[in-house]
Amino acid sequence: MIKPDTPVNHQSTLSRRRFIAGTSGLTFMISIGGFLSDNRASATETPASNKSRGANITVWVKINSEGMITILNPSAEMGQGSMTALAVLIAEEMDADWSKVRVEQSPIDPKIYGRPGWGGRGYHMITVGSMTVRGYFMPLRQAGAKARYVLLKNAAMNWKVPLTELKTEPGMVIHRPTNRRMSYGEIASFAKTVKDIPEIPEMSLKRPGEFRLIGKFVPRIDIPEKVDGSALYSMDVIVPNMLYATILRTPVNGNRPMSFNEKEIRSMSGIQKIVPLEHGVGILGKRYEDLLLAKRSLKVNWSQGASAEIFDSEKILEGYAKVASSRKKRGHVLAQKGDADSALQKAHRTYSADYLSDHVYHAQMEPLNAIVAVNPAGDGAEIWAGTQSPTGAIKEVAQLLGTSPRKIKLHPCFLGGGFGRRSMSDYIVEAAELSKAVRKPVKLIWSREDDLQYGAFRPMCLQRLDAGVDADGNLIAWKHSIIGDGRRLLSSGAKTPYYDIPNQHIEIIGLNHGVRLKHWRAVGHGFTKFAIESFIDEIAVSEGVDPYQFHRQVMRNSPRALKVLETAADLAGWGRTPSDGHAFGISFAERSGSMAACVAEVSLEKSSGKIRVHRIWSSLDAGIVVQPDNAVAQMESAIIYGLSSVLSERVTFKDGKVQQSNFHNYRVMRMADAPEEIHVKIIDSNESPTGIGETGLPITGGAVANAVAALSGIRLRHLPFTPERVKKALES
Amino acid sequence: MSIEFKLNGSRTELEQPPQTALLWVLRGHLELTGTKFGCGSGLCGACTVHLDGQPMRACITPISAVAGKSVTTIEGLSKDQSHPLQKAWIETQVPQCGYCQSGQIMQAAALLESNKNPSREEIVAYMNGNICRCGTYLRIIRAIKIAATELNEG
Repeated sequence: MIKPDTPVNHQSTLSRRRFIAGTSGLTFMISIGGFLSDNRASATETPASNKSRGANITVWVKINSEGMITILNPSAEMGQGSMTALAVLIAEEMDADWSKVRVEQSPIDPKIYGRPGWGGRGYHMITVGSMTVRGYFMPLRQAGAKARYVLLKNAAMNWKVPLTELKTEPGMVIHRPTNRRMSYGEIASFAKTVKDIPEIPEMSLKRPGEFRLIGKFVPRIDIPEKVDGSALYSMDVIVPNMLYATILRTPVNGNRPMSFNEKEIRSMSGIQKIVPLEHGVGILGKRYEDLLLAKRSLKVNWSQGASAEIFDSEKILEGYAKVASSRKKRGHVLAQKGDADSALQKAHRTYSADYLSDHVYHAQMEPLNAIVAVNPAGDGAEIWAGTQSPTGAIKEVAQLLGTSPRKIKLHPCFLGGGFGRRSMSDYIVEAAELSKAVRKPVKLIWSREDDLQYGAFRPMCLQRLDAGVDADGNLIAWKHSIIGDGRRLLSSGAKTPYYDIPNQHIEIIGLNHGVRLKHWRAVGHGFTKFAIESFIDEIAVSEGVDPYQFHRQVMRNSPRALKVLETAADLAGWGRTPSDGHAFGISFAERSGSMAACVAEVSLEKSSGKIRVHRIWSSLDAGIVVQPDNAVAQMESAIIYGLSSVLSERVTFKDGKVQQSNFHNYRVMRMADAPEEIHVKIIDSNESPTGIGETGLPITGGAVANAVAALSGIRLRHLPFTPERVKKALES
Repeated sequence: MSIEFKLNGSRTELEQPPQTALLWVLRGHLELTGTKFGCGSGLCGACTVHLDGQPMRACITPISAVAGKSVTTIEGLSKDQSHPLQKAWIETQVPQCGYCQSGQIMQAAALLESNKNPSREEIVAYMNGNICRCGTYLRIIRAIKIAATELNEG
């Protein structure tokens, strides 16, 4: 039995077959405040964790006398690998012996453990936007250097020698004049807290050439426990006396339950409590399987009148073209340069095309779930959840209970996928509402159907692109209008600063359909880059220029982008003749500060309309790459996630109701449809790291569409390219 | 209904309504949480276990169907991550979020039981029912090949 206040301990050496919280009274966290950060204050006296024994070197690092080093991980681990990458940053600068490093989850306290926010605003512990490694790169290396300073200072005092005569090797302090050595473990056995650790300036940190861990192959710390079933997801947490819960939610967003067959449900086997909520009805009991049966029998009369009721996604998407043409509707301008309209009028030739895309769903493998135990007084709670936004979850649950966030304790668990869905806290707040009603721990599990039908989707949209070229074939005008619901979810990726086009106008025409929308992997880049890269390709082909050469010409003033594109083209051997019935397509994109390009090799089964992507050759410039093998894995992952959305994924609404329900009609990519090969070339760089987890995604749509065009002459302009759509396009 | 079966080599007896899915018995009542709930309809493979050596989706297998039989879960595959597939999974750094991987490994273990040296096509055909949303498919194929090599040489 593990006590509930024990931090979830991620490490490869400890196998946790089960994680069961102790019965003896759930403790309610008071605060982990009162400690000062080595980053943001001068003192360092903070326990790295209450559990692991050993000396607290800094707020981030603890070392025991055997030299085992515990490093705290402030980020959510959802498969992107940052719990290893962040520990590597600290270990690198403190010269730790990696074989002795373990990683534990840090407390949720952004003042100490957060990374700097956008534009330097505040400190955050939200794991989104591929921000983690780039946001922590400097602070955690400095934290590692400070831990090293504490070790050096203690060794110097012990040996009574000047600190300047000391150096370190992994796990060891060495006195240069005498070659005396002392291990970090020995130092930890007598180490005293060091006050006034000096700030370590960037120039005092290691140079890239001195790195022992950064940029090298370091196996991911979470992988061993993910091959024997012992890795702990919140789905696996069992709290004594807990009730399971399920919720029947409104099929149309915004409607409320008016009445339901309460008596019948209450009489069913195993049902302990029924809790009406604003958007649904919760059913609680000791056995989850009983709840599933009861939920099937639950009949709810829903209120009417939600704005989403009239939402028919296919019909409305068709109508977007009219909105784009309507002069009445002025858009919100995202970027403006020169005069796009008059440049279009003066252009030698003009081009125009509409690109459409349907809603898509996150489909993370672990359905949403959370365990919340509201205390008997109703003014505090303990939460077990996999969340990208622990601080958001704490804040929202505190609001619900009308209490201070200090009285909410969250135990972060592994996330069985996030992709943006778990940056929303709706599922945690629901569990808290149910627990508040019964004053018992409640484990709320969403079924796959719940997860899909009450999803929060990447929005559908229409993108109208207009361009003009001069008599020499130079791109001189560019207009891009995005029509749809979702505001900033739509604008992501619309700008193309790496393309040198003198006259540009990029805008959003916003609508509101009242359905649930959310960030999805790479946000809007999936569809905006698809449209941009397809359009560039269409123009190139019409102008009689090789699309790769046309790209190079447009990005001639962006050397970094050019190199990324050229690397992918070289890797693929662009220009060679593909095998019979195959074709190549090329595409480029930036995302989260990084740049990527790829060439896709595709074939097409004309009878069925099925596209097959055989090979992908890709390149990535993400600055210094902390974990190269993991970066390759993230590219493979984002490319497959991207291809899946490009080829088959779509959510449709009728009368405001989601039409898909599970993996039989929401089709995600399976092994048989994955490319046979994905090649990834990482470009060497000494620049600061940029994001990686999403960068492989936006390049997929354009590359596939352009390859299909090269193969068949058909321009696919509506995501996803389902066999039915492709067949229809081939027949027309 | 009282049901008796072998679970990871040990005799197990429990009282359950016969229609209860094996998945909820394993996870909720026996606290073997390595077997995952992903879809509840036999569509994703996250709950794959072995029933008398055959891969089976625990979410759609009623407990009555395992009476008198032998069930192996990821917890029973090896005691110490020593199964050739587990070693190959670590070597190849397959898992990302990891949630589907118990099911992937159990499916692959059943494949290697019946086919010591599967071709790429045979691997794909056998594994196609197991979804990995992180897209680790190419590494899964590589890891199965590595494990098969070890099995054949060992």
